Amino acid sequence: MIIALASGKGGTGKTTVAVNLALAAGENCKHDLQFIDSDVEEPNAHLFIKPELTSSETAGIPVPQIDQGKCNYCGKCARICVFNALAVTGDTVLTFLELCHGCGGCAYFCPEEAITEIFREIGVLEMGHSNKMSFAHGRLNPGEAMSPPLINAVKEKIDNSRHVIIDAPPGTSCPAVSSVRNCDYCLLVTEPTPFGLNDLDLAVEMLRKLDIPCGVVINRADLGDSGVEDYCRKEGIPVLMRFPWDRELARLYARGEPLVLHSQEWKNEFTRLWETLLLKAPSTS
Amino acid sequence: MKELSIISGKGGTGKTSLAGSFVSLAGNSVITDCDVDAANLSLILNPELKEEHDFIASREAFIHRDKCTECGLCRELCRFGAISEDFHVDPLECEGCGVCYHACPEEAISFDEVVSGQWFLSDTTYGPLVHARLGVAEENSGKLVTMLRQKAGELTQYPKDLVINDGPPGIGCPVIAALGGATAALIITEPTISGIHDLERIFSVCQHFKVHTMVCINRFDLDEENTEQIKDFCRQRSITLAGQIPFERSFTEAVVQGMPVIEYSNGAAARCITETWEQVLHFLD
Repeated sequence: MIIALASGKGGTGKTTVAVNLALAAGENCKHDLQFIDSDVEEPNAHLFIKPELTSSETAGIPVPQIDQGKCNYCGKCARICVFNALAVTGDTVLTFLELCHGCGGCAYFCPEEAITEIFREIGVLEMGHSNKMSFAHGRLNPGEAMSPPLINAVKEKIDNSRHVIIDAPPGTSCPAVSSVRNCDYCLLVTEPTPFGLNDLDLAVEMLRKLDIPCGVVINRADLGDSGVEDYCRKEGIPVLMRFPWDRELARLYARGEPLVLHSQEWKNEFTRLWETLLLKAPSTS
Repeated sequence: MKELSIISGKGGTGKTSLAGSFVSLAGNSVITDCDVDAANLSLILNPELKEEHDFIASREAFIHRDKCTECGLCRELCRFGAISEDFHVDPLECEGCGVCYHACPEEAISFDEVVSGQWFLSDTTYGPLVHARLGVAEENSGKLVTMLRQKAGELTQYPKDLVINDGPPGIGCPVIAALGGATAALIITEPTISGIHDLERIFSVCQHFKVHTMVCINRFDLDEENTEQIKDFCRQRSITLAGQIPFERSFTEAVVQGMPVIEYSNGAAARCITETWEQVLHFLD
């Protein structure tokens, strides 16, 4: 079973829910759990899970390298490239590799076979474990624009024989879509404000497009209005957990202390949430 | 023209609430909501919609089955796994590179422009608002942000030529588009280990693009130790600390009322926001 934690709006508590769910489930799981943090722009789950990182790999995309000896400056590569990563002026080929999406079009179509592809790093993958839980995340190099190739590389680490929890990035565009794609179930974490509702609606639309069933967790449930609850009722989306605003919870979060390690009550809550998810999502393992 | 981009790395630190208040304090500026994935600024600025336009920035492949001989070349060349066994293009996977379109020996693939979202021009009592809605699961968030900033720039009038950009979370494509070439960036952070971790990453992006950077600590009283750590970080790197704002329920209440905090409340948080804005203006000069 692969469960993703997502949200349209950032900072609603995805990582909190993902980490606590993983820790509560880990104890009750017949199979060892795998935790994937696919928020490669701002990976945070490791701050709470504190895994021992045992290996790392670089991730990147293939980009063009021009053989100036073979190139006759015909300009075909620049005409083919929709990402404006190549420009040909007179007898110079300029490459703007940070714009390259790695489609390989320039190399394939070059009539002189003057283009080879070389690897350009965009980030690193780090793998490790915490007790029996295996862990993987990606770190996009600051300054890099494109996260989906790194997200896909992190997701290639998914072990289908295990239950997997994915902590996804916020939003509803390519990074979020790459993260939740092929999940069995998605938990959307939101807050009961007009901001939370607006972005929840977008996230639900994204999941419907991808045909992924979802449930909602409402964080800071006592701060705000009834808009999110009304929306979920109307759309037939189950609200599976509600968190109150609490200064003590906020302090634990601030210091990277998972709730379930401090409170039997919350541990029970997250265990119940995990059991509900097992019933909702078809088990693939 | 002066342009301030409000960013955060981590989501949910209060970018939009603060941007709304700054816009109100500025009185007359051009405002852009650069969080095109989850645009929320319009929810607190009570805008009157003036113009709506389609955003077209890419193309998508489509296989015409009547001409297709199922030779398989397109599927072999597609690096994005967008072409199915039965030769249909999955629009969610299609990167819009056009390699299949150029390669197809039967000319059975069309490659037409697609609408990726809408952008809007609205009036608010604080000045024009340029905002957008990127279609769910769409690409090109960076291009859309770049276009919004360009439109905003065209709307400025000397001497009231201030642009305030409410940025997206993360460090990737739309953030880079919201940041590059701005007069200054204001990073909104919070005293949590995630906030600090993400502050360091977004700051290195600001450095990478050589943008003058300030920091504002929101909810600084939630964890004084972490707040001190952020201040140390700023001191060590000579980053201007523009202000710190205490946690207050008025933030959520103002969002529920659909107005900037500064207009909803005159409590301690509102006073700190005003002081922060004065520091920001000073810095921009």
